[in-house]
Amino acid sequence: MKRLSAALAAFALAVSAHAADLRIGLAADVTSMDPHFHNIGPNNLVAWHVFDALTRVDENARLVPGLAESWRAIDPTTWEFKLRKGVKFHDGSELTAEDVLFSIDRPATLDRSPGPFTTFTRPIVAKEAPDRYTVRLRTASPYAMVPYDMNSIFIVSKKAAAGATQADFDSGKAMIGTGPYRFVAFRRGDRVELARHEGHWDARPAWERVTLRILPNDPARTAALLAGDVDAIESVPTADATRLAANPSFRTESKVSWRTLFLTLDQARDSPPGVTDRSGRPLARNPFKDPRVRLAFSKAINRQAIVERMMEGYALPASNLVAPPIFGYAQALQPEPHDPEGARRLLAGAGYPDGFAIVLAAPNNRYVNDEQVAQAVAQMLARVGVAARVEALPAAAYFPKARAGEFAVAMLGWGSFSADLALRSLALTPDPDKGFGTWNWGRYSNPKVDQLVVQALATVDEGKREALAREAMTVAMREHAVIPLHHQMATWAMRKELAYRPRTDEYTFAFAFRPR
Amino acid sequence: MILYAFRRLLESVVVLFAMSLVVFLSVYAIGNPVDILVSPQADAQEIERAIRGLGLDRPLWEQYAVFLRQAAAGDLGHSFAFNVPAIGLILERMPATLELAGAAMLVAVGLGIPLGLWAGLRPESASAKAIMAGSILGFSLPTFWVGLVLVMVFSVWLGWLPASGRGPTTDLLGVPVSFLSREGLRHLLLPAATLALFKLSLLARLTRAGTREALAQDYVKFARAKGLATRRVVGVHVLKNILVPIVTVIGLELGSVIAFAIVTETIFAWPGMGKLLIDAIGVLDRPVIVAYLLVTVTLFVLINLVVDLAYSALDPRVRLAEARA
Repeated sequence: MKRLSAALAAFALAVSAHAADLRIGLAADVTSMDPHFHNIGPNNLVAWHVFDALTRVDENARLVPGLAESWRAIDPTTWEFKLRKGVKFHDGSELTAEDVLFSIDRPATLDRSPGPFTTFTRPIVAKEAPDRYTVRLRTASPYAMVPYDMNSIFIVSKKAAAGATQADFDSGKAMIGTGPYRFVAFRRGDRVELARHEGHWDARPAWERVTLRILPNDPARTAALLAGDVDAIESVPTADATRLAANPSFRTESKVSWRTLFLTLDQARDSPPGVTDRSGRPLARNPFKDPRVRLAFSKAINRQAIVERMMEGYALPASNLVAPPIFGYAQALQPEPHDPEGARRLLAGAGYPDGFAIVLAAPNNRYVNDEQVAQAVAQMLARVGVAARVEALPAAAYFPKARAGEFAVAMLGWGSFSADLALRSLALTPDPDKGFGTWNWGRYSNPKVDQLVVQALATVDEGKREALAREAMTVAMREHAVIPLHHQMATWAMRKELAYRPRTDEYTFAFAFRPR
Repeated sequence: MILYAFRRLLESVVVLFAMSLVVFLSVYAIGNPVDILVSPQADAQEIERAIRGLGLDRPLWEQYAVFLRQAAAGDLGHSFAFNVPAIGLILERMPATLELAGAAMLVAVGLGIPLGLWAGLRPESASAKAIMAGSILGFSLPTFWVGLVLVMVFSVWLGWLPASGRGPTTDLLGVPVSFLSREGLRHLLLPAATLALFKLSLLARLTRAGTREALAQDYVKFARAKGLATRRVVGVHVLKNILVPIVTVIGLELGSVIAFAIVTETIFAWPGMGKLLIDAIGVLDRPVIVAYLLVTVTLFVLINLVVDLAYSALDPRVRLAEARA
């Protein structure tokens, strides 16, 4: 009896030691530990555990204080950030303005980055630290996005990171941050191991040790959860999500993601590639220059059917270029109702009673069920007389072609912190010098939208800025700058003993998991 | 023999050279990796900067010349996506793949040859027929399906074995390996079994056919007539004579198992170099693709060399100098 109770006690101990650990299956590969090397989701996810930034976003992708407890524009071109006092790095040293200035300088010193963070630091033309806990950042012209941009610049320890190489970060030598977790080990292509940083300024996470397993293969990730290899996974495949939600041993969480899918329509060239009449002869003019044709496309698409059948309910029909919780979402816009009759009438009115033919390009490994969604859209277009042939390509081949302008109708997915930012990349008249319209594949152009977005980005007052962003979004979407399809849902699945507060930015944070 | 090995290696240098050129041209034709790697928020200036930083703004011939110059010095370039030397990336992942391939071949040879011998010696028995029927299954079931079913049965339903990953590793002469710890072995078992199934079936069928043929030969009858024990007839006379084609197949299969264990590695999230290649192709990480294929070709050349040497050891009639590759 005594022996049995001792065994039970030992077992209970083992369970409680185990209960302090959390193992998470990530859906994408982490390429580097250096938080300033490559701006991609999985790398940033790890960085958010080990580092902090001046500002953060909450689960609705709204800006909240991070290492800076407050910020304000002291004049139209100067932002002042007040740092939290007494924030400690993992090596025990205190965070000061020096570390912040160093971290803002560092991205520009890494010249082999395939996706540089300088996007966020380039607008800053001067900076200073009037005291240990104050940072002032100056821009050349009024620029409202500085606090948002600072959400992307991780603050590293100047002492640890000065002169550090990529290898120093990967080995952990330079991985000194202020984040809720200390770096333990990085095994490329396999896992990242972390341990709780007891002195974090904000929350005390429930888990002492965290293992982030890299499981990009969908069935393998689900199997790892089912087999108990991991406690939670992100990006649950849509088919498995329904099944896991019905399984009493597991829980799923989902929330509308900031990723919105839409179709771009070439509205600039006279004869865009792949657009012909139904027998393959070139058309006299580009049909997408006519707003009636763009509206007809939008009416032809049954968004509800795509959400229910292709996405198994894990999506929302879209009317905006940003998801509902995001800054600048225009509530007044409603998803275009499915109306094939109306679409046919509009096409006839625009001079295409017999429709025409297009090539509909889409990636086949980038977004959730991307190729299937494209096929469904093609069938819906066929019902209003537009013969659409789907050209689905792997992302590696798709994006270079799309950026080179080889598609007239193409699928694109986008995530932004705010409507004005989304419009800047997607709907402004392309202007490489100003960085406008970089991803405006359809080359939509409206001076009114340009002016509203430029004004919004220069407006420091958040209320006024949001109104401007909403107005710009409304104008662009009423003119069908692009045809919105749906907002994806981000999904998580976990053991039933766990709870996670789902996030619109899709991040999976170990410190946001709680035991139930 | 040394001269022979030297000539073979010299030939392989030409192959390596030609292959690097083909890969360079084909990756260049697909597109620009920065288009895939760059963050969506980046504007045209940032994209320009990234392209310049990676040296992709220079003409193709110049990029290739730079590659050749560096390769001559033993540097196969830095990965675009990982920003570490490509060759280091591959060597870092290689032990995992070699261990998996080695374990799979061990299972395939250790079970396939005895099963084949058994089936060849007693072709009419029920067990032999069962082995042959099973081998057809092993042959025709796709690897990814077998892997998923094994995971479903042994990890999800029975909960005996982990579903994925490599588990803890132990250092053996500085190389991390799984097979020295119990936990590591548990992780190794399912992927190795998945990978071994096809080879096992192949070897069993090959061995059976060879055995059947050899048993009808005069030297076997003579050996039996001399009164040798069955064990000696089978173990020495039959086995040694049927081993030449089997060694050829083992050599070929070992190469392909190492280079293309990718499906198994993906299903079991095994951090080997096959996964690395697919990821690299996905983002057009050219230095990694080129380095990977160079390493693979070198491996193939070496394995073929070893196979040729094994022939001469097994069959005294084979003279290496005559065996012109």
